[in-house]
Amino acid sequence: MAYIIQGSTGAWEVVVGLEVHAQVISQSKLFSGAATAFGASPNSQVSFVDAAFPGMLPVPNREAIAQAVRTGLGLNARINLVSRFDRKNYFYADLPQGYQISQFEHPIVGTGVVEIELADGSTKHIGITRLHLEQDAGKSLHDQHPTKSFIDLNRSGVALMEIVSEPDIRSPEEAGAYVKKLRSILRYLGTCDGNMEEGSLRADVNVSVRRAGEAYRTRCEVKNVNSVRFVMQAVEVEALRQIAVWESGGEVQQETRLFDPNRGETRSMRSKEDAHDYRYFPDPDLLPVVLEQGWVEQLRAALPELPDAKQARFMAEYGLSRYDSGVLVAEQATALFFEDVARGRDAKAAANWVTGDFFAALNRTGRTIENPPVSAAALGKLLDLMADSTINGKIAKEVFEAMVETGADPAAIVDARGLRQVTDTGAIDAAIDAVIAANPDKVAEYRAGKDKLFGFFVGNVMKAMAGKGNPALVNTALKARLG
Amino acid sequence: MLTDLTLAQARDGLRGREFSALELTDAYLAAIEALNPRLNAYVLVTGEGARAQARVADAALARGAHGALTGIPLAIKDLFCTEGVRTTAGSRILESFLPPYESTVTANLLRDGAVFLGKANMDEFAMGSSNMTSAFGPVTSPWTRAGDNRALVPGGSSGGSAAAVSARIALGATATDTGGSIRQPASFCGIVGIKPTYGRCSRWGIVAFASSLDQAGPVARTVEDAAILLGSMAGFDAKDSTSADLKVPDFAAACRRGVKGLRIGVPKEYRSEGMPREIEALWQQGLQWLREQGAETVDVSLPHTKYGLATYYIVAPAEASSNLARYDGVRYGARTEGRDLAELYENTRAEGFGAEVRRRVLIGTYVLSAGYYDAYYLKAQKVRALILKDFTDVFAQVDALVTPTTPSAAFAQGEKMDDPITMYLNDVFTVPANMSGIPGLSVPAGLDAQGLPLGLQVLGKPFDEETVFAVSAALERAAGFTALPGIRAGG
Repeated sequence: MAYIIQGSTGAWEVVVGLEVHAQVISQSKLFSGAATAFGASPNSQVSFVDAAFPGMLPVPNREAIAQAVRTGLGLNARINLVSRFDRKNYFYADLPQGYQISQFEHPIVGTGVVEIELADGSTKHIGITRLHLEQDAGKSLHDQHPTKSFIDLNRSGVALMEIVSEPDIRSPEEAGAYVKKLRSILRYLGTCDGNMEEGSLRADVNVSVRRAGEAYRTRCEVKNVNSVRFVMQAVEVEALRQIAVWESGGEVQQETRLFDPNRGETRSMRSKEDAHDYRYFPDPDLLPVVLEQGWVEQLRAALPELPDAKQARFMAEYGLSRYDSGVLVAEQATALFFEDVARGRDAKAAANWVTGDFFAALNRTGRTIENPPVSAAALGKLLDLMADSTINGKIAKEVFEAMVETGADPAAIVDARGLRQVTDTGAIDAAIDAVIAANPDKVAEYRAGKDKLFGFFVGNVMKAMAGKGNPALVNTALKARLG
Repeated sequence: MLTDLTLAQARDGLRGREFSALELTDAYLAAIEALNPRLNAYVLVTGEGARAQARVADAALARGAHGALTGIPLAIKDLFCTEGVRTTAGSRILESFLPPYESTVTANLLRDGAVFLGKANMDEFAMGSSNMTSAFGPVTSPWTRAGDNRALVPGGSSGGSAAAVSARIALGATATDTGGSIRQPASFCGIVGIKPTYGRCSRWGIVAFASSLDQAGPVARTVEDAAILLGSMAGFDAKDSTSADLKVPDFAAACRRGVKGLRIGVPKEYRSEGMPREIEALWQQGLQWLREQGAETVDVSLPHTKYGLATYYIVAPAEASSNLARYDGVRYGARTEGRDLAELYENTRAEGFGAEVRRRVLIGTYVLSAGYYDAYYLKAQKVRALILKDFTDVFAQVDALVTPTTPSAAFAQGEKMDDPITMYLNDVFTVPANMSGIPGLSVPAGLDAQGLPLGLQVLGKPFDEETVFAVSAALERAAGFTALPGIRAGG
C-alpha cells in the first residue's frame, strides 16, 4: 500500500533516510572517565579531557566500543575490524576542543538491515548504511541570563552512535516504524536506553520527494527530531512543503531545517552555502581501532534474543498471532513478563490477559512493566485459578481488578470474597429450577425452537448464582432440563 | 663550583653527602638570578618551590631512600603542564594559565626526586627554530661569535631549556621536539639533546603542537646525563593512547657499550646546498672517530629526504590548526570580549596568538580544507609513509645513522626573520626523524671557525635509543668537547 501524496500536478512519492543519534549506555564517556548520568547538576560530570584543557588526551572507552559492536551485530551489520577516529573541526561555545571526535571515513560498523512491520501486517527491510561512534557536544543554555549564554559540559564527550539508514523509507508510517524498531533493538541490546524525551535518542530526518520512477531529487535534512510522532509529522510536513515548492515552479534547495512541533512546520536553519567545512582528518591522538574477530564473536554469542527472533519463536512456540507476538516483543520487559505468565500455562490465555486487562491496568495506573500493579507470578496464579475451575473467566476479571487495587494474592481474594466457583450440582439445579419457574413463556418459546434463548437462561442462572456458577456445569444441566 | 658538575657527578656527590641538595639548588638559583636577566632562559623561577623540594630531597638522601634524580635541579620547558605552576607555552593566550594537573613526564621526574628550578622560555606553542616567537621575549644564547658581541639565538623551540643547561643555570632540562626543537637548540648551544622514539615518553599534560610528531626528551651536558634523564621521563602511560607499552631500558648503561662491530649509515641526502664546509668536515671527522672505535661506516640513501621539510610543513600546521582550536577564550586562558561569539573568538585569538602561530594555523586550516585536503594533507601523509619506508629499508642494513644536526651554526637574533622559509630550513636534517618517529640525538662535536658549537645527529631504529646512546657516547668521548659559552655560571 504505497504512500502517495496527490499534488495539484499529480502524484508524489516521499523518500526518507534517517540519521539516528543514540547515546551509548556506558558508565563513562567515550574518551574520558567522567560519568554520564542524566540530570546531574550542570558541569558536575566534566573531566579535564571533556573541557579540553591543554595537554589532555582522549583514551577510547573499551565498553563504548563493545556497545557499538553489539549494536552492529543487532542490526545484522558488517563489523569493521579496523576503524578510525577522525576530527570534525568547527568552533562553537559548547564544543571545548574546537572539534568533535567522530568516525568519518572508516566507521566501526558497515551495512546492515532492519525489518519493520506495518499496520497492514506487511514487512519491509530498511537498509543500514553505517554506524559510527562520536562524541556528543555540551549544551548551550540561552535562557538563563539576558545577555549571556551558559554552557553545561556534562554531555560533552558522551558516546553517541550515529546510525545512518539508506533512503529506503517511503512514508511517515515507515519512518515511525523504523525508529520504533531501532529503539526496540537498542533497548534489547542494552546499548541505548532509547529515551527520546531525555535526548538519548534523536533523529535527523532527510526528506525528498519525486515522481514515480524518477531519480532522487534534492533533499533537506530536518535536524534533531525527538519523538516518533514528530518524526512522522516532520516527514509529512516537509514532503508537503517540498511538493508545494516544486509545483509552484520553484526548486528545493539543499539545506538544514528545524521542525517546530507547535506550529507543525519546518524552518530553514542553514543553507548549503553556510555549511561548515569540517576539515575532517584522522585524529593523531588516537590509534586506529583494531578489533579481534574472536572478541566480536564473544560479543555475538552473548547477545540477547532480539525482537524478530523472539516474535518468530512466540508464533511457533506459543501459537500466537503475528500481531500479538509483535505487541509482546516490542519491549523486552513485556516479553519477559509474558513468558513468566505463560510458563506451564495456556499461552494464548496468558497473551490475552497480558495484552488485555494487564495493559489496560498499566495505562490506568500509570505504572510501568518494570514496576507493575500485578506481578507476573500473581497473574499466573490467577490463570491457574481459572484453569482448575476455582473461578470462571468473568469472576477472574473481578479478582484481577481487586489484585490491582489491593495487591493481594488472587486465591486470598477469591476466598475472602467468596468468589469460588460453584460446582455443586444441587445448587446449580436449584438455580435452574427457579429461573425456569419464573420464565414459563421463555421456556415455551425455547422449546418451540428459539435456540437463541439458551443464552438468556445461562445468564439468568449465573446471575442467580452471583456469577459463581461453573459455566460448563450450568450449560450441561440447563441443556438437560430444557430438553 | 657546584654548577660545573655533570648530572651524574652531582648525583654521586649528593648520595655521598659531599653537599646537600639545598646547597646545589641554591647555587643554581643564585646563578639564575645573576644570568637570567641577560639570557631570558626562564619565564618563571620557582625558587621557593625548588628549595622546598631540595629539603625533601635532603631528607630522603639522609634516609638513604633516594630516587634516580633526588636533588637534581632541572628547568622545565614551559610546554609541560605543572600543577599549580603557571604554564604558558610561550603564548600570551595562556599568560595566566595555572594547570590543575602535572604532566606525566614531569610527574615521573618528581617521582624520582628531581627539583624544579622554574619554567623555561620557548617559541610560542613550540613553533619556531630561534626562540624569537616567544610572547615573553627572545632567549639569548650564552654563546657569541669570536670577536662579535651580537646576541645569537639559542635555537628553538626549546631555546630556554638549551640556553639554561649550556649556561649552567640548570643541570638538565625537559624539552620537546616536533621537527627538531630539542636537537637544533642542543646543537646551537653545545649540549646534548635527544628526541626519543615517538611513544617513548607520554604526551599527557604537554601542550600539544602537532600530536603525531610531538615527543618529549631531555637536554643535558653529557650523553650519560641525557640517558639518566630520559630513563626517568620515559615509560608507558595509559592516559596517552600513542604511548608505547614497553619497558624502559637502562639507557645510562647503553652509553658504555661501545660501537665495535656496529654498522653506521651515512645518508648521502644529508648534504644540503650551501652547507658550510666545516660541517661537512666535522661529519667526516665524526665518522672517522667511530671507525677508530671499531664501527663500520656505510654509505646509504634515504631518497625521500628532500620531501621531508615540505611535508612536515603541511602535517604539523594541519594538526596544530586543530589542536589550537581549544584556545577560544571560553573556558580558560586570555579572553578578549566581542559583540558575539564569533567576534569573541576572533578578538581572543588575534590578540592571544603571535604572528608565527597565526601563520601556521592559517596554513593548517588551508591544507585541510575541502578541495585541498587530497592535494596537501593526504599527499603529505603518503610521502610521510615513504620517508618511514626509507628508514625501515636502511635500518635493515645499518644499526644507526650519523648526520649533521643542522645545516649551520647558531645565527644572530633578527637574522633569518624576513622569510619564514629560511627559518624553516633549519629543520631540514631533524624533521625526518619526527616524520618517521625514530629516535635522534644531537651531540656536540666541535666548533666552527667563529667558535660556535656544532652538533652531530645520531639516528636509530624505533625504540632502539640504546644504540643511539652508545654511538653518541662514542662520538662524545672522541670529540672531547670542552668548549664553554661566554655567558655561564662562574664564567
